[in-house]
Amino acid sequence: MTPQESAAAPEVAVAEDPVKVQNARVLALLHRLFGEATFTDVEEQYGLLSVTTTREHIHGVIAGLQQDQEIKLNFLTTMCGINYPENEGKELGMIYHLHSLTQNIRLRLKIFFPVADPVVPTLSNLYAAANWMEREAYDFYGVIFTGHPNLIRILNVEDMDYHPMRKQYPLEDGTREDKTDLFFGR
Amino acid sequence: MAVNDALAGTHKIIEEAAAQRHGQLMPLLNDFSQELTTLNLGPTHPATHGIFQNILQMDGERIVSGVPTIGYIHRAFEKIAERRPFYQITTLTDRMNYCSSPINNLGWHMTVEKLLGVTVPKRAQYIRVIMMELARITDHLICNSILGVDTGAFTGFLYLFQEREKVYEIYEEVCGARLTTNMGRVGGMERDMSPVALDKLRAWLKSFPVVMKEFESLFNRNRIFMDRVVNVGPISAEKALNYGFTGPNLRAAGVDYDVRAMNPYSSYEDFEFDIPVGTNGDTYDRFIVRNEEIWQSLRIITQALNNLPEGPYHADAPHYYLPTKPDVYKNMEALIYHFKIVMGEIDAPVGEVYHSVEGGNGELGFYLVSDGGRTPYRLHFRRPCFIYYQAYPEMAVGTTLSDAIVILSSMNVIAGELDA
Repeated sequence: MTPQESAAAPEVAVAEDPVKVQNARVLALLHRLFGEATFTDVEEQYGLLSVTTTREHIHGVIAGLQQDQEIKLNFLTTMCGINYPENEGKELGMIYHLHSLTQNIRLRLKIFFPVADPVVPTLSNLYAAANWMEREAYDFYGVIFTGHPNLIRILNVEDMDYHPMRKQYPLEDGTREDKTDLFFGR
Repeated sequence: MAVNDALAGTHKIIEEAAAQRHGQLMPLLNDFSQELTTLNLGPTHPATHGIFQNILQMDGERIVSGVPTIGYIHRAFEKIAERRPFYQITTLTDRMNYCSSPINNLGWHMTVEKLLGVTVPKRAQYIRVIMMELARITDHLICNSILGVDTGAFTGFLYLFQEREKVYEIYEEVCGARLTTNMGRVGGMERDMSPVALDKLRAWLKSFPVVMKEFESLFNRNRIFMDRVVNVGPISAEKALNYGFTGPNLRAAGVDYDVRAMNPYSSYEDFEFDIPVGTNGDTYDRFIVRNEEIWQSLRIITQALNNLPEGPYHADAPHYYLPTKPDVYKNMEALIYHFKIVMGEIDAPVGEVYHSVEGGNGELGFYLVSDGGRTPYRLHFRRPCFIYYQAYPEMAVGTTLSDAIVILSSMNVIAGELDA
């Protein structure tokens, strides 16, 4: 089985009508509230609607969805950083998962921004839960959340001088020769 | 002057919090000019049940503010996972919520199966449900019996840990391990439920309800216990949702969100069970909700055991499922697949998947980004207690130190999951 085939199989199995209809509803709501131009890269992998927006819009979008009474995407499930070093100008990203507990609809929002200017508005004024999640993203990826009340490291030691989850930092010491595996590269 | 004003402000906050708790304004014993005491609760303290620190500002016996510090056992699981093939990540998930490892393991397997598009046969799904519910019971047992210890009742703890031991013996029969179980495989279970395991499970299903009844009759309406926990550390449903609460802590606040019911996985839709909810989200509600969930889990286990379907215990997916050892020794294809899977050379599709299961203390989510390589490109764990532990200072402020310990223990914060 090639990767393409195996990727196609679950799409067919999961993308049944009710999920598609739900996602279309959410997308229509997003477009109506915030304009079509705000969102790019609309995907529906494994039945979960995923859209990409920009850091200028993200706070407004999540605040708008929190207030919205139609679908009530007002539960912040999780957020995390991500690093694509090869995407120039969009090296770092934040990924937000929202959930409507009343209608059981999930939405994934993504933003990407340059690693040289990793500044994103905080969500901690909307969700109390965002406080530590943002500290974690800062700790791991060095994303600066403007307006965050207490943006300090949370899991790593305070005097660490880099953000370890960035792809440029290898997990193991690259200078060690005893661990090299010619066939599988470790 | 400014200091006195600030103190007066904090005193007002304490008095209001105390008034909220007791329904009346409680005058503070200390006068305003008295200074606050800083107390280091933790990092290693017998009452915190884990390695985390809280720096508390105390006014006599009352807590004025608390600053939690976490990360003492941070092991960089998300980073390590970026270097490991999918099946090697299971051992990382064990060590998150180590009180209910099977849920973590099987939740991870389900995430990978979702990515790969593998359908697991019914029998394996039912076995998984049994194991996950056993894990939930042990998780709740630990939390509730330790809450008993923190309020001064040691007997319940010792009594219930005997039952937990029996569950661990069932784990041993199923997967060979007790605490960090590494249970199941991508595509099913590693072996079928053995007759011994089934016998042990049946015997336990007979003996445990008696013990649980006794435990409940010891605690549920116990005057001394209730005095310690009723109206201690309440949290409203709105606040709890805003803080990202999930699991028993959210349900104690009155929100009936349960991943098992809302997004059924592993055939949870086949079983009949209720979702217990509390009313004001205090320590007593959390305790009662957990007790009731134990009964519901027993219901699910009984149904799954009675309707355990015949058939294979793993998916027919040789690309992803590790073959049995006899096959590996005798069969060429099995040897090749064994080698490829162990080396992580499986064809993973490019894609992103979020899968969540109802863990022992809330929605345990796995966000997996695969770039088609042998390891995840990014793996993020949504650890429920990392998210809801943020609310602890707010819940503890205004209470006494002994109440703060009880609140912490009723929130079921597991250090391994908190720090990942």
